[in-house]
Amino acid sequence: MMILATMLVKITDLIIVLILPFLISGIIKKTKAFWGGRKGASVFQPIYDFIKLIKKDFVISKTTSFVFKLTPLVTLVGLIIAALFVPLGTGYALINIEAGIIIFAYILGLSKFFSLIGAMDTGSSFEGMGASREACFTSIVEPAFFMIMASIMALTGNFTFESLSKILENAGSYGVLIVIFGVLALFLMVLIEGCRVPVDDPATHLELTMIHEVMILDNSAADLAVISYAASLKMLLISSLIAKLIIPESCTMLEYLGFYLLTVFVISIIIGTLESSMARLRMSHVFEFIFVMSSFALIILSLTVTRMFGG
Amino acid sequence: MNLNWIKIKNNSKISLLDIPILDISDLRIEIISLCRDSVTQDGIVLSGFRPVGFFGKDWGRGDTRLFVVLADDKNGVFYVSSALFKAGIREYDALTPEIPAFHMFEREFFEEFNIKPLNHPWLKPLRKNQDDYKFFEMDGEEIHQVAVGPIHAGVIEPGHFRFMCNGETVYHLEIMLGYQHRGVEKLMVQRPSNRLAESICGDSVVAYNLAYSRLMETIKGVSVSTKAQLIRLLALEMERAAIHIGDLGAIAGDIAYLMGASVFGATRTLVINTMLEFSGSRFGRGLITIGGVNFDIENEKIQRAKKTLEKVEKDVRRMVKTMLKNSSVVSRLEKTGTISTERAVEIGLTGLAARASGVNIDSRFDFFDKHFNALNVEKIHLKGTGDVNARFKIRYKEILQSFSIIRKIFDRLKDYEKEPVNCGYEVLSKENSKDVFAISVVEGWRGEVVHIAMTDAQGRLTRYKIKDPSFNNWYGLALAVRNNGVSDFPLCNKSFNLSYCGCDL
Repeated sequence: MMILATMLVKITDLIIVLILPFLISGIIKKTKAFWGGRKGASVFQPIYDFIKLIKKDFVISKTTSFVFKLTPLVTLVGLIIAALFVPLGTGYALINIEAGIIIFAYILGLSKFFSLIGAMDTGSSFEGMGASREACFTSIVEPAFFMIMASIMALTGNFTFESLSKILENAGSYGVLIVIFGVLALFLMVLIEGCRVPVDDPATHLELTMIHEVMILDNSAADLAVISYAASLKMLLISSLIAKLIIPESCTMLEYLGFYLLTVFVISIIIGTLESSMARLRMSHVFEFIFVMSSFALIILSLTVTRMFGG
Repeated sequence: MNLNWIKIKNNSKISLLDIPILDISDLRIEIISLCRDSVTQDGIVLSGFRPVGFFGKDWGRGDTRLFVVLADDKNGVFYVSSALFKAGIREYDALTPEIPAFHMFEREFFEEFNIKPLNHPWLKPLRKNQDDYKFFEMDGEEIHQVAVGPIHAGVIEPGHFRFMCNGETVYHLEIMLGYQHRGVEKLMVQRPSNRLAESICGDSVVAYNLAYSRLMETIKGVSVSTKAQLIRLLALEMERAAIHIGDLGAIAGDIAYLMGASVFGATRTLVINTMLEFSGSRFGRGLITIGGVNFDIENEKIQRAKKTLEKVEKDVRRMVKTMLKNSSVVSRLEKTGTISTERAVEIGLTGLAARASGVNIDSRFDFFDKHFNALNVEKIHLKGTGDVNARFKIRYKEILQSFSIIRKIFDRLKDYEKEPVNCGYEVLSKENSKDVFAISVVEGWRGEVVHIAMTDAQGRLTRYKIKDPSFNNWYGLALAVRNNGVSDFPLCNKSFNLSYCGCDL
């Protein structure tokens, strides 16, 4: 019975990892189409695009080295390994070890590092520009992320992602505040790491304004398919953390799955709506936007300290 | 004013023999003294005399004659003069150091006739020899170059942009054009036609064709019925409204404001589809011809168009208001790509970009046109801040103005129902078209489209000169992006929306 349940958990998570990233970008696009007064492509369009790209031939610039070819692979593998540590649709992570959170963050860091040097490997001035922007933003996001996670872990006394859901019970009224700010901060992180409006515009064709898109200008065929899948997967992983924060621990596994899917879809629709209703920020103002996330993180940290050492 | 210049009105001609020939050094002094100061009228800056033509013509036996046409916007006349370069003389003192507005004109003259303006600060190719040109470079540890084009992402014409950046800040932008030089001016001399004229610059079909037709009518002495004149003005305003709406959409798209891009995209289609009903082409191709227009607009079509345009106007108003209330939009538009009024006058900005910078020149109003004046339209006075926001707003104001002009024309067309739309132009006397110099300026949506033609003793065209507003304004764009973020360049570029082919010719 136990084994069967574990099997089920694993199969559900596998399906989620394979399908849900596509659905996220499909739903965002559909939402944007809705607000733009268009019918829009099917929400499954990203899956068809993926299949189409897989079938295409590679075009690889002669100026690139092996780093460029390695990049999509490292990005993908890194994100899939990171996914193992995150509680997905069933509320349980496949690998639930102490300090999984640090492994998660640095595996993500590794894949980002490779996407940066992969972009710079092409020697294009556009891609170097994109890489420098991305590196800059990441270096501000990362401390904020750790601050949030460390605070929550410290309160629950358990350094795994699964303990995120305990915060509501363990920390009382502080817990509610921490969850609210945590959700807000992680939502901003979805926007920043997922390169969505107002940080980046995934729909633009203007190389000079791009961040993420400009770094993959030279990638083609399966490489491109893998990279865009990995980008959506990253959004899914952070959304999963939000889900874990807000879904109460008392839920059964099936209820959890329902709430989880609901959370992910709602986040996608919010992103789509946000992208339709506001302009993106001026590049120099993006930092201020990211610092909003940092300030949420600081609030969480101070709440934690107050809770733990009395106030 | 004096014997050194001859005055000419818009859409009129003078005898070539009446144009004074000065010594180049005298002409230079004359030009500098006229162009130096900007003119203000009731506190509004009109640029002073500004160049609209500075071009050479082969004058036989290796000689070159340089023609200069200056616009006096305040009084609505052009001043024409010329200088003769004997075969041996291959240089003169450049005007650009004194009057920067001549910068592009002198480069063009040098390229075409190989007569060198001495001390020109930036004598480089305009349309030819791009490949071995060495771009202006800056040195420094943090300085990096970004090269964009000539092949761009999306459906954009070819042009090369070289940025000198310090991090995200642009210090200097150099624009290299000429990738689609087609020899239009020569073609216009060899086989002039309406079809060729409207193909010069595909986004200003009506303006170009109108300038050409008026010029030919002026030279040949053809009169055009009031009805045809009104339909022409109607087409010109339709073109302005359509392209301006499209530009608002493009600006919205560039800052990733999706709703604006969708609404403006949809409303622009309604406008150009109305044009399709009028002329069989969404961009008004084939509508205007020498002697009138090819299509009459029936009352039934007018009623339909009125309804459509009313809806368009309502949608545009609402969307622009929504956008300008949205702080994320305004923060992108304000103080981006600013050109001050002084700078605009100095470099001779024209058209929409000049008006956005507070230089209130608009050839529809400045140069008398009987049919346009009869419509009683008020010139727009906008406190021009010269940034993207100003260029956005002036477009909006001009769209509303165009719609009001269109409504007025619809009403007036009823009075001329019986008139023919095309008188034909075969009935003309060859006598008065010999040895003439004629000019026609039309305010297209981007600015003044200048067409100048000359004929020989047999009445044949010998020189056809075209100046698109982009010719002046490209340099304005290069200055506008200085000290802006490199990621704001596309936004600045869209707010100017200059023509590559109109400049390359």
